Amino acid sequence: MSNNIKINVCMGTGGIAAGGDEVMAAFDLELRKAGLEADVEKHCAVHRVGCRGFCARDVLVDVSVDDVRTTYQYIKADMVPRLVEEHIIGGVPVEDWVVGQDYHDFHDRQEKVVLADCGQIDPEDIQAYLDVDGYKGIVKALSEMSPAEVIECVKASGLKGRGGAGFPTGMKWQFCAANKSDRKYVICNADEGDPGAFMDRSVIEGNPHAVIEGMSIAAYAIGAAEGYVYIRAEYPLAVERLHKALSQARAHGFLGKAIHGTSFDFDIKVKLGAGAFVCGEETALIASIEGQRGMPRAKPPFPAAKGLWGKPTVINNVETLANLPFILRKGAEWFASLGSETSKGTKVFALTGKICNTGLIEVPMGIPLKEIIYDIGGGIEGDRLFKAVQTGGPSGGCIPVEHIDLPVDYENLLKVGSMMGSGGMVVLDENDCMVNISKFFLEFTQSESCGKCTPCRIGTKRLLEVLTRITEGKGKKTDIDLLLDMANDIKDTSLCGLGMSAPNPVLSTIKYFRHEYEAHINDKRCPAAVCRSLLTFTVIENLCKGCGMCLRACPAGAITGEKKKPHYIDTSLCVKCGACFDVCKFKSVIKE
Amino acid sequence: MESSMLTKLNTIHSHFNNNGGNIISALQDIQSEFGYIPEDAVYWFSDKTGIPASKFFGVATFYSQFYLKPRGKNIITACCGTACHVKGSDRIIFRLQDELSLAKGEDTTGDGLFTLEKVACVGACSIAPVMLVNQKVYGKMTPDKMVKELKTYEESPSE
Repeated sequence: MSNNIKINVCMGTGGIAAGGDEVMAAFDLELRKAGLEADVEKHCAVHRVGCRGFCARDVLVDVSVDDVRTTYQYIKADMVPRLVEEHIIGGVPVEDWVVGQDYHDFHDRQEKVVLADCGQIDPEDIQAYLDVDGYKGIVKALSEMSPAEVIECVKASGLKGRGGAGFPTGMKWQFCAANKSDRKYVICNADEGDPGAFMDRSVIEGNPHAVIEGMSIAAYAIGAAEGYVYIRAEYPLAVERLHKALSQARAHGFLGKAIHGTSFDFDIKVKLGAGAFVCGEETALIASIEGQRGMPRAKPPFPAAKGLWGKPTVINNVETLANLPFILRKGAEWFASLGSETSKGTKVFALTGKICNTGLIEVPMGIPLKEIIYDIGGGIEGDRLFKAVQTGGPSGGCIPVEHIDLPVDYENLLKVGSMMGSGGMVVLDENDCMVNISKFFLEFTQSESCGKCTPCRIGTKRLLEVLTRITEGKGKKTDIDLLLDMANDIKDTSLCGLGMSAPNPVLSTIKYFRHEYEAHINDKRCPAAVCRSLLTFTVIENLCKGCGMCLRACPAGAITGEKKKPHYIDTSLCVKCGACFDVCKFKSVIKE
Repeated sequence: MESSMLTKLNTIHSHFNNNGGNIISALQDIQSEFGYIPEDAVYWFSDKTGIPASKFFGVATFYSQFYLKPRGKNIITACCGTACHVKGSDRIIFRLQDELSLAKGEDTTGDGLFTLEKVACVGACSIAPVMLVNQKVYGKMTPDKMVKELKTYEESPSE
């Protein structure tokens, strides 16, 4: 038997929730029982997010014997004895539990730049980052390039901001560099507030040094000596890793005074956000760092001219910054060769919702939407029909099935009424109601509206009221036109990006799914059977076995019936909670 | 004010001065010390610094992270992100509100054992719907499974 055994257990959020701790303990126990020496480690540097991006399959376990790696999926603690006995002692992998072709499909179609080292290197060890050529980008910039040349390089690469709006990064830097000032700042925007997005967190947790190096490159280019990372307090592990990485970078002389023997000084502070979506907006973020209510102000002046403490400031998103070391190291041409004609490089997406393979993915810009959903994502769960994919979070829109061949990049997403956003991609199927989805996002933007400007404060409230009454069956014939009218006004007149994009979910769902709005308003019917007020629950007599499960589950006492005889739901008492529908094992309760 | 509270506030105050008078950081320190933002603490701080209390309350009510009321012993965090929403987080929340006898607008149980709160997204969308109890993550939840999990906290309240 080999002495070279290595076991990696996936310990991301998914891994831990699926029982990763227990699996690790079981391996320790079984190996000790068998008198074996093996190296059991936590895999998954991308702790709390999802190792390799595929946590739907957790607990994932790698068993390597003499460097031949076998990956197992859905492993539980009670499966460990068989793995140890058959594979590690017997030398024969347990084929039943090995990942299938879909696991490889999920990975093979991806192209990893930003995520390349996430999950491969130890994020808490600077040496691991140095071993994969870490900090060579900033060293190259310092020793071979002038700040202007760095800006030229980033401009030539075609890199655009990954936070949502897609403004060319090099141009932003050039504006800031041109402003003379005694002080300038670089801010890393890690206030990832979009529901359904966890790209930035995974990058910081998986490879914090890449973000630090990216910030250093930006600082050198614009002439800043101080930087801030504005990060959500809800990301405790990312914050901890960032602090560790910062102190290691200082110890190795990549931060501090006279970096790499040059006259370049730079250091970074961490500021914790306090939970406000609007702080993703640049000027609101600046107000928040200054300790104020995070409210945006009118632009211009742009932060590049007047930013933090009134000084010229560049604000870049985490993923944007994490691309920079690679661009400096491998060159602008290499980066520009990736992606589509107008959008260069790759994009990280959080692929979630009603899809088989949920997880974190990185793909070249311009990849057809179909490939993401069917090849990487493995198609729709339970063979139901694909309805739409929601991108861009609360600021984005829904892309319907007729645009399934759309190449995914900034320009194309805008063309169909959505946007890149920070990269959330939520797949919806036939059981999702588009009016409900639109209402869901408006609930979010309405409560996150900072209240400074009237169109956003009052407008989102009114939009939400109209959407709510439509989903309750109280919609009026004129409501669709009213929604469109208000939505366009809010878009045109709001102060900041939050308000300007808040109506997008409404506009895009009306554009592509107007018939669903009409069904709610005219027929008082929710075609996807989601909106509770419009549902009726009934028992199909010939399917009902009279088991009494629904009767016991009903909180309103609306169900009657004798044992072993068909039951009956009194619709006047029914509160439409759906408990009967959930508990019925014979599918005899229907909702419509 | 109790002397232990006073000591803690004095420490936070000296931190505040070193921090360039950052109100958000001060409130974060107060909350991490007391579990919420006690009104007394704000007035004490306001007197000490000469900054109007309204300024502190303005910031505290702006950000969703700050709580002005004490919270329960166990914090149940319901993720309401898009992925969780389409996978039925609403139904789990309704069920829990019912199970914990929370009236509309209430988030903490009468016995102070549980607080139920919603967050925009915890970033674990791959295993939606997601609930957290005291930071422990429960993925792919259903109303029934969640109610069952809560029983373990009722029987042996966490420390």
